[in-house]
Amino acid sequence: MSIRTGDLPLKAQLAKELANSNMREAIANGQDLLNSKRDASFEELGDYEQWRETAGAIRSHVLENLDYYLNQFANQADAAGAHVYFAKDDVQATGYCLEILQTKNAVKAVKSKSMVTEEISLNEVLEEAGIEVIETDLGEYLLQVDDHDKPSHIVVPALHKNREHFRRILAEKKGYTGDNVPENITRFVRQLIREDFMTADVGITGCNFAVAETGTVTLVTNEGNGRFVTTAPKTQIVLMGMERIVPTFAELDIMFSVLARSAIGAKLTSYMSLITGPKGETDRDGPEDLHIIIVDNGRSKVLESGFREVLRCIRCGTCMLECPAYRHISGHGYGTLYPGPLGLALVPVLAGYEDYKEITKICSLCGRCNEVCPVKVPLYESIFEHRRIIAEEGNLTNVGEKFLMGGYGNVIGHPSLYNLTTKTAHFSSAAPVVGPLKQWSLDRELPEIPKTRFRDWYAAREKKAGEK
Amino acid sequence: MKTVSFFSTCLADTVFPGVAKDSVLLLEQLGCRVVFNPKQTCCGQPLINSGFHQKARKAMELQIETLLEDPADYVVGPSGSCVLQVKEYPKFFEDRPELQEKARQLKKKIYELTDFIVNVLGITDVGASLEARVAYHPSCHLTRLLGVREPPLALLNQVKGLELVGFKGQDKCCGFGGTFSVKLGSLSGAMAEEKVKNIQEVGADYLTGADAGCLMSLHGVIQRKQYPIKVMHIAQLLRGNYKL
Repeated sequence: MSIRTGDLPLKAQLAKELANSNMREAIANGQDLLNSKRDASFEELGDYEQWRETAGAIRSHVLENLDYYLNQFANQADAAGAHVYFAKDDVQATGYCLEILQTKNAVKAVKSKSMVTEEISLNEVLEEAGIEVIETDLGEYLLQVDDHDKPSHIVVPALHKNREHFRRILAEKKGYTGDNVPENITRFVRQLIREDFMTADVGITGCNFAVAETGTVTLVTNEGNGRFVTTAPKTQIVLMGMERIVPTFAELDIMFSVLARSAIGAKLTSYMSLITGPKGETDRDGPEDLHIIIVDNGRSKVLESGFREVLRCIRCGTCMLECPAYRHISGHGYGTLYPGPLGLALVPVLAGYEDYKEITKICSLCGRCNEVCPVKVPLYESIFEHRRIIAEEGNLTNVGEKFLMGGYGNVIGHPSLYNLTTKTAHFSSAAPVVGPLKQWSLDRELPEIPKTRFRDWYAAREKKAGEK
Repeated sequence: MKTVSFFSTCLADTVFPGVAKDSVLLLEQLGCRVVFNPKQTCCGQPLINSGFHQKARKAMELQIETLLEDPADYVVGPSGSCVLQVKEYPKFFEDRPELQEKARQLKKKIYELTDFIVNVLGITDVGASLEARVAYHPSCHLTRLLGVREPPLALLNQVKGLELVGFKGQDKCCGFGGTFSVKLGSLSGAMAEEKVKNIQEVGADYLTGADAGCLMSLHGVIQRKQYPIKVMHIAQLLRGNYKL
């Protein structure tokens, strides 16, 4: 997988998703459930706004001093015995990863959920080289079994499908004979994955936060699969986006507190793994060899752009869960690995306007994402600014739209022209519905434009009053 | 007596003149003197939200000059969204300090209609009555971005006989989003449909709100579905006219 997950043009992609009533029902239910859990979990924490403020300030501080903290982290991780590698892009990151696996003569790798590995298409590269890669997060596992379906959400990847669907898929592909009760499905998958844990040569994980002061990488999961991936195989490879740093454990505490609540509405995740260096002499388990790959892949570009604060994001998925547009199209509607408000804010600058300008349209500017983001990423402002850049800088805008907008600007910039245009606008009510109004009319009636405008009524009243 | 320069908004001027008319009559009923400057056009939001800031500058300048032209204590408009846009004007004129200063004056003077009635005039009971179950749509720009949450409710709560009915997903965007509704009409329509479905499910007789754009979209769905729900702007409801 890469940042691009769908090939259809935007409107065709949206039409496809909007026609999928099962998906829409699953996403709406998922949103409502997770949002109410999140609200409840923050309620008990107290002043949500203050937590958002603090967590956001920590992220912003790190971004401002990222070179310092990355250096500190790398030195500390190195001192703890890990191998640290900086990868400029996806090719370097996957290449280095493959090299490690080939050196170890690895044939099988187990993975815990990681967005950055999907961003750089790690699975594809390893599979191409003949290495079997098993996703061990339940949602990701099910998608992998389901003919490599794409995740629709960054935390809850299978949010778009229901349990009956997965019962059927497991029955077809893995011989499952049980019912669609989640616990039973999980028990079945657990038995299958356990075999893989015990026989894998390498464990691959992401990293939620890396602690600069100690060189620690951390991982939060709920199923315990992350813990298994980091303890059973002899070699562990951690891939982390280069912005995932916190200065010390004090800040880590705050970030974990808002991450678990934002992502799943829980005080804590069931498992929190803090890994500092490989297995020590007195440790009973853990990898003998620990590699940490710090991935740039466009992040430096974001850092230097006017969109630096978008890198505050801690990948909790709240903005997606609250987005009223995402609700109807899921992550698939965007055709990008990072969907929803985060996707709109991040992807165009991470991966280029040329290929990703269209997604910036998927927003009604309702402002809900800004209200709920636990680290106060300026999502609304970023989307707003992307639209300006697309419209006004370079040759990114559609010529027709530019022309139409220029015409409109001209009309509303001149009172006489406005007066003339609006005076005759009611004739359009009788005309056939064309152009953009067709889009409006898919599910709605158009209003009828009356002959008498407000200004006509007002002028007539003034005249009458003058006559008296 | 307070003098109000009325900001009609292009949508109320041309598509829903009843909204602007009832807003003016309501303000007059509540003791204001209202003036309307016919040189005003549109706040420019369709251009600005699509990214065309430069192409909107002429319109922004025109509204600034026009809305400040007549001597008035306040400027009032019947739309949270359009008023929000006008309040954003200063940031578009960093390069023109004099105009920016005027934009700041306008920002201070301009109010959304319900906000003005409740917080400036200090009135919540305008003497209206309506025996009905009414659903209120809290539009996003009005509530979330302009911060006007209570005034419309305070006004509706004082309407005799009126029962406000809450509904699922009440705070969610209705899908209108200005140009969003024509750029991605299918998605915008789906969002509007869900909102209407939730309103219909609680058995509301009326739907009201303080932004004609959102109401236009929701009304369009209600018409298409032929639901027996009447839609009107809050100014119309408060004046006893129950039609958008």
